[in-house]
Amino acid sequence: MAKTRSHAGRSIAAHAILITYTLIALFPVFVIVINSFKSRRAIFAEPLMPPMPGNWDLVGYTTVLEQGDFFQYFLNSMTVTVASLFFVLLFGAMAAFALSEYRFRGNLLMGLYLALGIMIPIRLGTVAILEMMVSAGLVNTLTALILVYTAQGLPLAVFILSEFMRSVSDDLKNAGRIDGLSEYRIFFTLVLPLVRPAMATVAVFTMIPIWNDLWFPLILAPSEETKTITLGSQVFIGQFVTNWNAVLAALSLAIVPVLVLYLIFSRQLIRGITAGAVK
Amino acid sequence: MARRKPFRWHIGVFLAPAVLVYTAIMIIPLFGTLNLSLYNLDGQNRIFVGLANFVTLFGDPRWSDAFWNALWNNCWFFIIHMLVQNPIGILLAALLSSPRLRMAAFYRTAIFIPTILSFVIVGFVWKLILSPIWGIAPGMLDAVGLKFLFAPWLGKEEYALTTLALISVWQFVGIPMMLIYAALLSIPDDVIEAAEMDGLTGWSQFWKIKLPLILPSIGIISILTFVGNFNAFDLIYVAQGALAGPDFSTDILGTFLYRTFFGFQLQLGDPHMGAAIASAMFVIILIGVCLYLFGIQTRLRRYQF
Repeated sequence: MAKTRSHAGRSIAAHAILITYTLIALFPVFVIVINSFKSRRAIFAEPLMPPMPGNWDLVGYTTVLEQGDFFQYFLNSMTVTVASLFFVLLFGAMAAFALSEYRFRGNLLMGLYLALGIMIPIRLGTVAILEMMVSAGLVNTLTALILVYTAQGLPLAVFILSEFMRSVSDDLKNAGRIDGLSEYRIFFTLVLPLVRPAMATVAVFTMIPIWNDLWFPLILAPSEETKTITLGSQVFIGQFVTNWNAVLAALSLAIVPVLVLYLIFSRQLIRGITAGAVK
Repeated sequence: MARRKPFRWHIGVFLAPAVLVYTAIMIIPLFGTLNLSLYNLDGQNRIFVGLANFVTLFGDPRWSDAFWNALWNNCWFFIIHMLVQNPIGILLAALLSSPRLRMAAFYRTAIFIPTILSFVIVGFVWKLILSPIWGIAPGMLDAVGLKFLFAPWLGKEEYALTTLALISVWQFVGIPMMLIYAALLSIPDDVIEAAEMDGLTGWSQFWKIKLPLILPSIGIISILTFVGNFNAFDLIYVAQGALAGPDFSTDILGTFLYRTFFGFQLQLGDPHMGAAIASAMFVIILIGVCLYLFGIQTRLRRYQF
């Protein structure tokens, strides 16, 4: 009897702490989003009230849509993220397959070489990367960003994918070899479909930092035509600091796509983190 | 098996794209930057100056004041992360991992949300909330009778850096939480049952059995935090601008590198000094990673289940 009561007490305490922290985590986002739908007066007078018929105002959103070229920024971000993701997954899976499937001289060394990039951030090479992009004429192109993000994403992708590829059964691959499939066919038709869950995990891990990056867009592609949504909202908000409606609306617009993607993929992401950590 | 195998071209084909892109865009520029730090301009020509840039960076007051300031600020930024982020992460993970806890998936998903937001969003959101003009923060403190505690935290030299570090902790606490949560789940039931047989339950069980078992995860989190912090830039840039105000009190190595490399206001950008700062950051990160790999990781006993 006493034991069950102490259990209940402990579980109430656990819920209380977790709810408190959940509120701390969500409150700032919540405040921004609700206020973006309100009139300027209501934002200041009663910041914690939800939007209602009395204080409803979409002036922030109309300003954002008129002033900023957010559709273009969004398209740029999509192009960069999807293209980099494609190359990271394709090249990463190929290299991971070579490292996990074949025994050859320098295998371990090659694995370590590729893993170096997990710990050493690519930003430290920025000075030389910019010089290189200038001499290649790639400054202010999305290609420059795609190249950099592909290089940035590869080390972790190779590392995670080769762990998973080791678990693909040898019998299956050998059966394919006996049937006369080339090594390329074995990779593309037998192995790739089997590691699809791991590819999804790598995709989520790779996608978030690329979408959110400010450093490389700022340095390599700051022109109006190539701005990503992260850089675009940073510049826009910087110019409209005093227009609270516009700032709040721009922030809400920047939050929503990421949030929707996260809610779709959160299961994948969390499973990925927990699976990777157990190893 | 005596027969020599033919050269297996497909291995090369599989490896080539990744190795080429990685080498060309990451490794060569990294060494290019290290190399560039040994040069400087003599009028128009680039000349080899050896370690002179580093002597300037560490010793010439025009540069060294800013450098040591940024380095110390960066250390403080890291200390705050270690002291606040990890304990909160461990606490949340310990609570989440208790069996029979309802809504664990909801808490996990919700607490991780700030981590996926970009620094631009996080920086501006907190700037607005802490702004004395809007009054959300003072208003809320007022509601609990603590209004006297309010100060424009981001605008005061003595608080700004700590405030930013705490904002960064708020954003990233999801990562230690998840990693430790995973480590806690991987502890086999036998170990827990054995502990319960010996009468260890609740917090004493956590301290004596579980915590030692999750130390390797805490080590990984620490080194990830270290690399992330000494490479940080975005949050400070978004919240305080490239000048890392007030009066450089929130300047860290990332913002210092950006200002030096790109220039600001009237000062022109200097790729050579920029490369020298990047090289210093490289060495700092390398020392941290080596300390972890050879000093900490090998000493932590690996428990095989």
